[in-house]
Amino acid sequence: MAAIGWLRIHLFSSALNSILTILIVAVLAWVLPGIFSWLIWDAVWGPQQPAACEAARGEGACWSVVWAKIRFMMFGTYPFGEQWRSGATIFVLTGLIVVSAIRWFWNRWLIAIWMVGIALSFWLMGGGLGLTPVKAEQWGGLPVTLILAIFGIGFAFPLGILLALGRRSQLPVIQAFSVIYIEAIRGVPLITVLFMASVMFALFMPEGMRIEQLLRAQIAIVLFIAAYMAEAVRGGLQAVPRGQYEAAEALGLSYWRAMGLIILPQALKISIPPIVNIFISVFKDTSLVVIIGIYDFAYAVKKSVETDIAWRNYIVEAFLFSILIYWIYCFAMSKYSQWLEGQLARGERR
Amino acid sequence: MSASATAPSSAFEAHAIRITDLDKWYGDFHVLKHINLTVAKGERIVVCGPSGSGKSTLIRCVNRLEMHQKGTIVVNGTELTDNLKNIDQVRSNVGMVFQHFNLFPHLTVLDNCTLAPIWVRKQPKAQAEQLAMQYLERVRIADQAHKYPGQLSGGQQQRVAIARALCMTPSIMLFDEPTSALDPEMVKEVLDTMIMLAREGMTMLCVTHEMGFARAVADRVIFMDQGEIVEENTPDAFFDAPKNERSRQFLSQILDR
Repeated sequence: MAAIGWLRIHLFSSALNSILTILIVAVLAWVLPGIFSWLIWDAVWGPQQPAACEAARGEGACWSVVWAKIRFMMFGTYPFGEQWRSGATIFVLTGLIVVSAIRWFWNRWLIAIWMVGIALSFWLMGGGLGLTPVKAEQWGGLPVTLILAIFGIGFAFPLGILLALGRRSQLPVIQAFSVIYIEAIRGVPLITVLFMASVMFALFMPEGMRIEQLLRAQIAIVLFIAAYMAEAVRGGLQAVPRGQYEAAEALGLSYWRAMGLIILPQALKISIPPIVNIFISVFKDTSLVVIIGIYDFAYAVKKSVETDIAWRNYIVEAFLFSILIYWIYCFAMSKYSQWLEGQLARGERR
Repeated sequence: MSASATAPSSAFEAHAIRITDLDKWYGDFHVLKHINLTVAKGERIVVCGPSGSGKSTLIRCVNRLEMHQKGTIVVNGTELTDNLKNIDQVRSNVGMVFQHFNLFPHLTVLDNCTLAPIWVRKQPKAQAEQLAMQYLERVRIADQAHKYPGQLSGGQQQRVAIARALCMTPSIMLFDEPTSALDPEMVKEVLDTMIMLAREGMTMLCVTHEMGFARAVADRVIFMDQGEIVEENTPDAFFDAPKNERSRQFLSQILDR
């Protein structure tokens, strides 16, 4: 009975509403079965030969391409026998995000955990100390995407906070530097920053000192996101009432203590939605590094099917798989930020 | 009134606050005009005046939330200049209570009170908490120590703000219209707390229009108008027989309400 009442209120409250409801249900009934049978019921699942997919062509998706190409998609051209190291790196980096998300670790330990995470990732990927060395040019797939995104976010976050504080600083030199930096970076596309990083570093670096392409891309991404982060944080800083600054000053707290203990905790809380928005877009934007020849996850997925005649017809399925992986990370970030906002608002509600 | 204009700041300083020939401008606006004011240790002074008279600005100069352009302000023997060390020293010895409480909303009542003792005074956490509970007890709000400011009434918040300032064991307390943002029924609990402090011998500089409070504890009432000190008097004389025409006008306005 409750269900009927609900339907009446929400779907059939007026003639127009009823017509729209029926129309939409009709469209869905017409479209959805086709989509679902292609995606699921008529799809080819499991480790099957390309011939099986050929037979189902047009009727169902060929998920066997994921089974056949999973290692190339995930790890790119990383040496086949050493790919467990790439896999382990995915776990380390994903674990690093999870740990960073837990409030209990929001203290000095987080810096130590990050240092361990960084060292572990680069040891696993690059080798040395008992592991076979693997050059960065051979790295690829999801670990590369995670490295660029996670370290990009991790380093850009504190840098962005400093830039935001700098932009509101009383010291003209620091303020001018912050403003010029932020406005200059925000005015150019990420792609050009990546190009510049790829070409310019080589021009300015002394002979014999070569920075890996991956590191250049990493630095470019950090510098790029920091500018956006700064503006998100500045929004939060401006929303903290003046009285909070004054109360902190009146108690004799130094500038950095006042910022660290009073102002930033409140400002960052206000800035959570725009900050997470930046995180999510950065995670996906790392796929642009392909233009300077880095094998990230999206590119590895594309290459994995393009380079194999037997599977090259199933690029759509391959891309759908990569979309799923991107979506899992991004959706998790989105849900986490909603949860965090609720947590931080708890108790202090006015 | 003893405006000893040229006395150098020395290790021995009999006065808690000594303001000499103070001038302050906001751009072209002359907000404080040639102010001279000396507050002895243990003295309680009430500052009143119409809005825009500069009374809040004056007490905010005492812990340098506002910068002055001319004249000198010496607090407990330390002159306020651009020297950050001096400013920090003064601030950690001068407590301030604001009109809008300005408690830290993301910290519990207890954490609000222990923050400065721990980070500025470098007190161990346990000791700071013990001291904080003692002061919260004194302002009769210890049972709310683990709540957040947003869960308290205005009067309770203002009493926490007083306790927070006291936790730094200041020798001087500044009150900037501490009751004017409160609902009428909460004014008394805050005034009672302030009276208690005054009876204990705290040096106090209060911007307030609460006549009852002024009569009960103030040693002097300072009346300001248009950036000047217009009248200085004992509370009884000021409220019953003001000397100055502007004081009379002001009093008739606040008494009419």
